[in-house]
Amino acid sequence: MTSSTTVEQRERGPLSRSELAAQIAADIPAGSYVNLGIGQPTTVADHLSPEHDVVLHTENGMLGMGPAAHGDEVDLDLVNAGKVPVTETPGAAYFHHADSFAMMRGGHLDVCVLGAFQVSGSGDLANWHTGEPDAIPAVGGAMDLAIGARQVFVMMTLFDKEGRAKLVPSCTYPLTGVGCVSRVYTDLATFDVTPGGVVVTATFGTTVAELRSRLDVPLLAD
Amino acid sequence: MTVIAPDTDAAVAGVADGATVLVGGFGTAGQPMELIDALIRSGARDLTIVSNNAGNGDHGLAALLAAGQVRKVICSFPRQSDSYVFDGLYRAGKIELEVVPQGNLAERIRAAGAGIGAFFTPTGVGTPLAEGKELRRIDGRDYVLEYPIRGDVALVKAHRADTRGNLVYRKTARNFGPIMATAATTTVVQVESVVEAGQIDPEVVVTPGIFVDRVVVCAGRTERAEEGAAG
Repeated sequence: MTSSTTVEQRERGPLSRSELAAQIAADIPAGSYVNLGIGQPTTVADHLSPEHDVVLHTENGMLGMGPAAHGDEVDLDLVNAGKVPVTETPGAAYFHHADSFAMMRGGHLDVCVLGAFQVSGSGDLANWHTGEPDAIPAVGGAMDLAIGARQVFVMMTLFDKEGRAKLVPSCTYPLTGVGCVSRVYTDLATFDVTPGGVVVTATFGTTVAELRSRLDVPLLAD
Repeated sequence: MTVIAPDTDAAVAGVADGATVLVGGFGTAGQPMELIDALIRSGARDLTIVSNNAGNGDHGLAALLAAGQVRKVICSFPRQSDSYVFDGLYRAGKIELEVVPQGNLAERIRAAGAGIGAFFTPTGVGTPLAEGKELRRIDGRDYVLEYPIRGDVALVKAHRADTRGNLVYRKTARNFGPIMATAATTTVVQVESVVEAGQIDPEVVVTPGIFVDRVVVCAGRTERAEEGAAG
């Protein structure tokens, strides 16, 4: 992936969740097949305009997923990956689970957007399990998406509630996928994960110098 | 040949203790609630359940778990906002869990139905879910060996069947149904209606009747939908 010149924005930021979702939506190429993960990534859809001509994939067997269903539209045979009732758009298609995951694993999806507990400097992703002994493990489709989509965008805060960085030299949580993340979108900055290292592409309300002082991952910028 | 069963009890008859049961559905969408109710009534115990989730609320799969008839669950995503029945059994050490990435779960079921002995998949490589499994590098990429999951019985919900057992599904309720139907010794399908052979366009059949052993009519999508909406 090519990286552009780093844009430092001190006056704008940190980004709200909605601003972050809009930023990601703006970076999704027109005409892409896209899977949005459960939780925050789902809100990226709110910022996709018809001109984007994006086709949304949901792991439970549909292309051309529309917005959440309301009132009479609700049909419990038509839900998204989070089991929320949704709608279908013209040109939608239904298919079974093996086909749905062939679309992921076979490299047919252009972009997926996933949440994360941690991302490593080499693009390892940890987003399914905290590793705590009493946590009930649940992985869903995260591992298939992580290794299958052509580009994996992560959407997260740069620091957790305790102030610990989530972009780290090496993940301490159990991995979802190895070397699979292409870009990291956070409230404070966006990053490209490249073979040469992590490149800061933009900052929001902070500077590259400040980020370097707070993160243990070497940051490239130009 | 496909048999049209008179009721759900007849449809699920013969499930042995210790059987592996593939159960369709993604959450409640496509979950064969009435067949599961009949399985509960059958009293079959010590079951291994293969399904994407591990039950929602108090109905269907959750009720089967609550009845103490399940020894082990193989699924991708047990933990949900309304999976309290499973959560309680798991924390009490009363149920075994095998978590499988959803695409591997689907492919393992598909492989069983297609007569594939095992397959190499990139999903899970480098994660705890690949530990202890055989790895192979193919064309510069790492893969993990996964084996098929075959069921003694599959319980599937479809929209409509014809008298030959050909099935069509409805929206995202299709999910695991078509692959589970292929992967069990006995496939039992609940539908909203059965029509005469020839009344489903052969071009739109999703599951051909060769994969279907028993069909039973269960009306009531609307009732269940309302119940589900409340829960």
